[in-house]
Amino acid sequence: MMLHLAILPLLIPMLGGLLMLLPPFAGAERYQIRRVAALVLMLVQIACSIVLILTVLKGGAIMYAVGDWQPPFGIILYVDQLSAMLVALTSFLGLAVTLYSFAGSDRLGKYFHPLVQFQLVGIYGAFLTNDLFNLFVFFEVLLIASYTLLVHGGGKQKTGANVHYVILNLIGSSIFLFALGTLYGVTGTLNIADMALRIPQLNASEQLIAQAGGAMTLIVFGLKSAMLPLHFWLPRTYSVASAPVAALFAIMTKVGVYCIFRVYTVVYGEQAGELANMIQPWIWPLAILSIVMGTIGALASPNLRSLAGNLVIVSVGTLLIAFALRTPEASAAGFLYLIHSTLVTAALFLIADMLSQQRGKATDYFVIARKIKQQGLLGIMFIIAAMAVAGLPPFSGFLGKLVILQAATGNDERIWVWSVILVSSLATIIALSRAGTTLFWRAAPGQDNSNDELNVSKWQLSGALLLLVASPVLALFGASVIEYTNSAAAQLHDTQYLIEIMNLDGGAK
Amino acid sequence: METVYVICVGVLTFCGVFLCLRARTFSVVIGLTMLSYAVNLFLFSSGRLNLDGAAILGMAEQYADPLPQALTLTAIVIGFAMIAFVVILAIRARADLGNDFVDGKEPSDTSKLVMPKGGKE
Repeated sequence: MMLHLAILPLLIPMLGGLLMLLPPFAGAERYQIRRVAALVLMLVQIACSIVLILTVLKGGAIMYAVGDWQPPFGIILYVDQLSAMLVALTSFLGLAVTLYSFAGSDRLGKYFHPLVQFQLVGIYGAFLTNDLFNLFVFFEVLLIASYTLLVHGGGKQKTGANVHYVILNLIGSSIFLFALGTLYGVTGTLNIADMALRIPQLNASEQLIAQAGGAMTLIVFGLKSAMLPLHFWLPRTYSVASAPVAALFAIMTKVGVYCIFRVYTVVYGEQAGELANMIQPWIWPLAILSIVMGTIGALASPNLRSLAGNLVIVSVGTLLIAFALRTPEASAAGFLYLIHSTLVTAALFLIADMLSQQRGKATDYFVIARKIKQQGLLGIMFIIAAMAVAGLPPFSGFLGKLVILQAATGNDERIWVWSVILVSSLATIIALSRAGTTLFWRAAPGQDNSNDELNVSKWQLSGALLLLVASPVLALFGASVIEYTNSAAAQLHDTQYLIEIMNLDGGAK
Repeated sequence: METVYVICVGVLTFCGVFLCLRARTFSVVIGLTMLSYAVNLFLFSSGRLNLDGAAILGMAEQYADPLPQALTLTAIVIGFAMIAFVVILAIRARADLGNDFVDGKEPSDTSKLVMPKGGKE
């Protein structure tokens, strides 16, 4: 069992999801048994990811050769501290989303729980694989699940947004394949570690082709992570998706960011000769502009869900800044911020859904509407989420932004990073306080809201609270989390270590 | 051979990109299909083109790189599934939105922007 630990996060949701399509679980009326199965699956995945983290911490990174085809041949799964951490984060988010959907949104379609499991397979796979073509396959797995999850519940708006989302991502996949063909053509390998060895050995004309390939993969990862100028699909897509789906999608942009970190640190990192840090000049302005555009979008949002969608873009920009600084410390700061921003934006989507449930036709638009029934409860949840996402102490956002600010060392870097992040935080506070004032305090008088059906159900509450409580907990155990992300970043930046794990040393000479 | 191959991939990609930029879902779907054909051909060529080369050692004097062939097969399967999905989605969008525009609404007819002489809109 321990031997195959690395592949378990893929097998459990895949087999579980498939089983849920079969008779004892299938059928619209058997939703109860499907819920139990989904909950059990999520708990098993969390347990599995915790074991994975402990194993990686104790024994170093794991290389798992599927079918025992050793690198550079065969498909390799590679679990280091970073991927183990992200798998754990995804499974935790999956649990919260599953719990929240028990309130009834999972019954809008028969296949909600199996689809969530398939989506998780794709996300785990993208985090665990060390082979670029395999990464493409897992991207497709997570995409096709997300296409169907996005229309979950049906409706005009969802179909309209889904057409854009699907077409954009299909074009993205084509570009990814072009890039993979190009890279394979010059390096003759798809294994990330092997590619890192081959890139510095290329001659000048081959380097140009490799550079083109690397630039094309940046387009793909940029599209996935909603980096400017490829971010236009995000606010609309996220704001029409049903709440648990939007919350689950909070990790999807982070998949793109993770791939940028992995590929451009290992393959095009310091040791890549002429091509070292080739995307650096691009990432800097794009990261800063992403933050600016996301902030402007947040200020202009008409409802809470598109506000949250724009905050996702801001968080992606912040993460890209952490990437652009190119030091292990900055990467470590980025990973801490990544955990925080995933959980908090997901919570914000769930809160927006609970608010719309109690505000009648106005849903979560910033207009005067009937008074929210459970104003105290939802208000406290909103303010915690808002403070965390804006980066106010004592929550994790403060910690995350602080470490990123500290990671900027040079004078020029400091001026840019500090001013952009701090001004955008201020604008976020303004946007969120405007939102909160309208949503909670500007109510039309005299509307009857004694209907008990509007109450937030205990499942909704447990799902959202799980995500919210994580924020102060993350801040409370900040020291140990930073210690972990530091060693994860050190492992990521140590390409030699990866090559040793892959036993590729001999092949280099 | 290389030149013909390159022209084929190039023309297919050009047509695919052009059609993807059209306003109606039908041409976009056709464009995506062409783009995926172009991608498959391109992937296949990444192992270099050679004649009379089996992908198995010992079957012929030359051998071809088997990996691009495996990649192309995978890409074909995935591309086919995705195209099938996008066809269904386009039909669904036609039903839900009442038109077949990618943006979900008819573009405003510029000739109607000029107010007719009668005065009523």
